[in-house]
Amino acid sequence: MSIITNINKVFDHRIRLGIMSILMVNEYADFNMLKELLGATDGNLASHTKALEKAEYISVEKQFIGRKPNTRYSTTKLGRVAFNKHIEALEKLINKQ
Amino acid sequence: MESKNYLQDITEIKNLMHKSSRFISLSGLSGILAGIYALIGAAAAYYIVTNSSRGYLILDGTIYKICMAILVGVAALSIATGIFLTTKKAKKNGEKIWDNSSKRLLINFLIPLVTGGIYILIILNQERYGHTAALMLIFYGLALISASKYSLGDIRYLGLTEIILGLICAFYPSYGFWFWVIGFGFMHIFYGTLMHFKYDRKKE
Repeated sequence: MSIITNINKVFDHRIRLGIMSILMVNEYADFNMLKELLGATDGNLASHTKALEKAEYISVEKQFIGRKPNTRYSTTKLGRVAFNKHIEALEKLINKQ
Repeated sequence: MESKNYLQDITEIKNLMHKSSRFISLSGLSGILAGIYALIGAAAAYYIVTNSSRGYLILDGTIYKICMAILVGVAALSIATGIFLTTKKAKKNGEKIWDNSSKRLLINFLIPLVTGGIYILIILNQERYGHTAALMLIFYGLALISASKYSLGDIRYLGLTEIILGLICAFYPSYGFWFWVIGFGFMHIFYGTLMHFKYDRKKE
């Protein structure tokens, strides 16, 4: 049972898992980069980043590049720990089969 | 249990990590062509120098200038081919040629390369030219290793090979020309062929 509890509900969606994967290997990523890589719509992506932000797994930085607003995301320490645990749990589940 | 889904998750995580942090549209064919240009250039330089009245290279003659022109020409042609073929491949993969990953790749490639280039020009001006080939190989190798973190991992091994060749070359400066031919000619063709068959051909 302990393995199951490590499966993180917050990551239980393709887009959220994708956002975390990208941010784990990049210092930061902006909204458009995530959108292109994940092939998600604006609204869809926004709701998932909000969920991750609420869990304090990613931090959001809003700024202006020239006159254009630009939103940058990066992982928090908590998010990285949670993601690693989630991956470990996934691996154990797969190996068990 | 839905182990199949979890496996799919892991695969997708891996894909996204790779795609978002590395520029993977480098063309193997451009490596092969760069090697061929280097060999042609080297052969031309060799022919000109051995058929000159002296039979060896001195630093401020016309022949030296011709050799430098050949070197610059080989480099320019290689870069142009690289850009052209990589752009073509990126288009085919639906990847942008100028995005974060390619910018990072270029910057990390250029830092060691430009450092080496400037250093070589400085010591050439001080008339210490014995180690030019060794230094070119070593700095080019370092540039490739630095760039490999942001692109296909294979170029790391090309980088290591160039550095080892460069260090051996430093022991035998008089054979610099031949090490240059191996490093920039044959190694490019060898690794370019490897990469061409590993990445380019598979998708067609």
